[in-house]
Amino acid sequence: MDNRLLSVKNLSVDFHTSHGTVHAVRDVSWHLDRGETLAILGESGSGKSVSASAILNLIDMPPGEITQGEILFEGRDVLTMSSEDRRNLNGHRIAMIFQDPLSHLNPVYTVGFQIAETMTAHGVDKAEARSRTISLMQRVGIPEPDTKVDAYPHQFSGGQRQRIMIAMALALKPDILIADEPTTALDVTVQAQILALLKELQQETGMGLLLITHDLGVVAEVADRVVVMNAGQIVETGTAAEVYHRPTHPYTKKLIAAIPGDGAMAEPLDSATKPILDITGLTKHYGSFVALDAANLTVLPGESVAIVGESGSGKSTLAKTVLRLEEATSGSALFEGRDLVSMNDKELFNLRRDIQMVFQDPTQSLNPRMSIFDIITEAFVIHPEILDKAQWKTRVCALLEQVGLKADHMYRYPHQFSGGQRQRIAIARALALEPKLIVCDEAVSALDVSIQAQVLSLLTGLQDELGLSYLFIAHDLPLVRDFAHRVIVMQAGKIVEQGPVAQIFDAPQQEYTRNLIAASLSPNPDIQAERRAAARQLHGVDA
Amino acid sequence: MDASEESRNQFREIHGLNDPLFVQFLSYMADLVRLDFGDSIRRSEPAIDVVLRGFAWTLQLAVITMSLVVVFAIILGSLAAFHVGGVFDRLATFFSLIGSSAPDFWIAIVAIVIFSVNLGWFPTSGTGTVWHWVMPISVLFIRPFGLILQIVRGSMITALGSAYVKTARAKGVGNRPIIFVHALRNALLPVITVIGDQAAALLNGAVVIESIFGFPGIGKLMINSILQRDFTVVMAAIMVTALAIFLMNLVIDILYSILDPESGIDPWHRLTFRLPTFPPHPIPWFRPCGCSGPINSPLSR
Repeated sequence: MDNRLLSVKNLSVDFHTSHGTVHAVRDVSWHLDRGETLAILGESGSGKSVSASAILNLIDMPPGEITQGEILFEGRDVLTMSSEDRRNLNGHRIAMIFQDPLSHLNPVYTVGFQIAETMTAHGVDKAEARSRTISLMQRVGIPEPDTKVDAYPHQFSGGQRQRIMIAMALALKPDILIADEPTTALDVTVQAQILALLKELQQETGMGLLLITHDLGVVAEVADRVVVMNAGQIVETGTAAEVYHRPTHPYTKKLIAAIPGDGAMAEPLDSATKPILDITGLTKHYGSFVALDAANLTVLPGESVAIVGESGSGKSTLAKTVLRLEEATSGSALFEGRDLVSMNDKELFNLRRDIQMVFQDPTQSLNPRMSIFDIITEAFVIHPEILDKAQWKTRVCALLEQVGLKADHMYRYPHQFSGGQRQRIAIARALALEPKLIVCDEAVSALDVSIQAQVLSLLTGLQDELGLSYLFIAHDLPLVRDFAHRVIVMQAGKIVEQGPVAQIFDAPQQEYTRNLIAASLSPNPDIQAERRAAARQLHGVDA
Repeated sequence: MDASEESRNQFREIHGLNDPLFVQFLSYMADLVRLDFGDSIRRSEPAIDVVLRGFAWTLQLAVITMSLVVVFAIILGSLAAFHVGGVFDRLATFFSLIGSSAPDFWIAIVAIVIFSVNLGWFPTSGTGTVWHWVMPISVLFIRPFGLILQIVRGSMITALGSAYVKTARAKGVGNRPIIFVHALRNALLPVITVIGDQAAALLNGAVVIESIFGFPGIGKLMINSILQRDFTVVMAAIMVTALAIFLMNLVIDILYSILDPESGIDPWHRLTFRLPTFPPHPIPWFRPCGCSGPINSPLSR
């Protein structure tokens, strides 16, 4: 008999699908003590969320099935409890917050109702619940909680919504908080605030924090211990520092090696070359809202220019305006000397060949009803002058091999590929038109770290081979540091700073850029500990 | 037409048929604004009175039927969605599918044969007692019930699989509030459009059902008036039906903005510039106003 707060023992969960049984979690054991933070680290499909969902009875059964094991909460196996007993644990003793707070909050009820519901569902009366809701909202840092309590989720920012989720989860001071990728959908600066809030609340209440994440930076910042999962099994456990500095399992080693941010930075290209894209004073208004304010930038042939900034900073608007997916309000964008902004439809059609786009989510940007062959050759259907029909097959084979896939993949459909493979297909589709410039809008953000590294090296290889230019929109700074020649920093529709990558990362001029770089988490727990200490000192001096 | 020349002239004089065409038209339009459609040619009383009398009957029939449909379809559809694949779900799906696909005139005739002629439980036609209402309501009930149950079920399955329902479970909220508080209100948004459409279809469907059951509503009146070439009554009936469908769309728009806080604005404002759509219908003039729900609904996102 152990007296752990929570321990999962030899848990196995299967999912029965029409394609056969998936062993999502196999013989997994871990434990969590009071006041401690345990991180479960893994890539998508590793089964990292499954054991946590099993604790709260959130697995749909069927298709899910718990085939063996036990989950002991204060020594009692929750899997053998009645569903009513388990419902009483949820929200009361064990609470959970999720990755995407917008979809996890009910859009048609006020946030006040939803926070209070945690309490009313466990017997607190309505008036009492409401007054406690307001003080909770105050505690998690929502301004004007008296009025905001009656606002709806869509009226808050992403960071505030996650604060509301936290308030909801902590309403009854649970013993355990499970946080499933709590900061993945947030900007880096907001991520830092949310993690700090979670740490603070943990110190106040002494709860055990179970953090599910794919991000070693988050682990380094908050975790005491870490469990690394791969393909449903635990491959490594240890303290955060041990696992980072002395990984023993090959998978962990590979994972740590794939983390971007410490490679050599690219040298700037010769700026005397004539730019392929020259943007001057590009502006986009939506009514009275200025989404893009007089942007000036150039892209040289064979150059990767990264655009970074927080959400809402105008980086996607910039890309869309260049591609004429949105009409610019004013300014010009010269592509090889011809102005994209004032071009007529026919000229634009011919030019579309030269500028291609790769989107964030390959699952959504590839038509699920078209085979890979159809997806790639659609380019030749639209622009028949590129290639004679007889040669389509040879060309598709060549393209697929160029992006690291096999020729016999061409008759398959998108759902038969993994996320990384799909993004390769999207790149092959863009390459089919032999473009000179590819706009990548968060093209690797949805991919796992190890896959990210592969796709980025593919992009770099193609650049060397074909002399492509990239306009690379990203929010992940370490990634940009390894990939880009030049970096453009955007804030509130304006370009606040731009320069060679080494200059931006080593000697940023603007306060905003410095904050952005500082907020980006290092996967090294020692560095994060140093930064926290420095921040505390600074805070102490301020106070 | 075997009337004498004299009485024909008299008739023309009384009804203003000797005036030039545009004078007739202008005076007609002026009367129209005051909801004065002129007298029924057959009944020598104001057409609008005849129509409103019939409309009152149809309205009662439609309101009772639709209330029953909405209550039963929502409750049963929600429960079916909660136990997807279970026995109850399969039964509900099976019967609602049959109900929504069987033509109502056929059901009406079969129902008369079985329940009135053979079993003698209910009268075949008229409106005298409560029993007279049972068969028209039941027959009118079946189609919209089947359809709306299917929509509620589909919409609820989506809502119950959503992330916010997962959050509610993690909070320890019980099954009943999860279904009827969290999922249902979200699931109702698309359902409301269909309810409006079906309510409009009910007014149309009443033409057939009222004729079969000899029910003195606006549908039967309209058919009779067409056959008797009583045009003032036909015009009045069309206007009244159109107005009723227009008002119902208004109510649905208002309901939308109440149920969906993201639409977030003054409910009256969105109605101002909305062109009606004309869905295909065997009797085209029967749907003068769009009844396919709000066009710029926030749900189209």
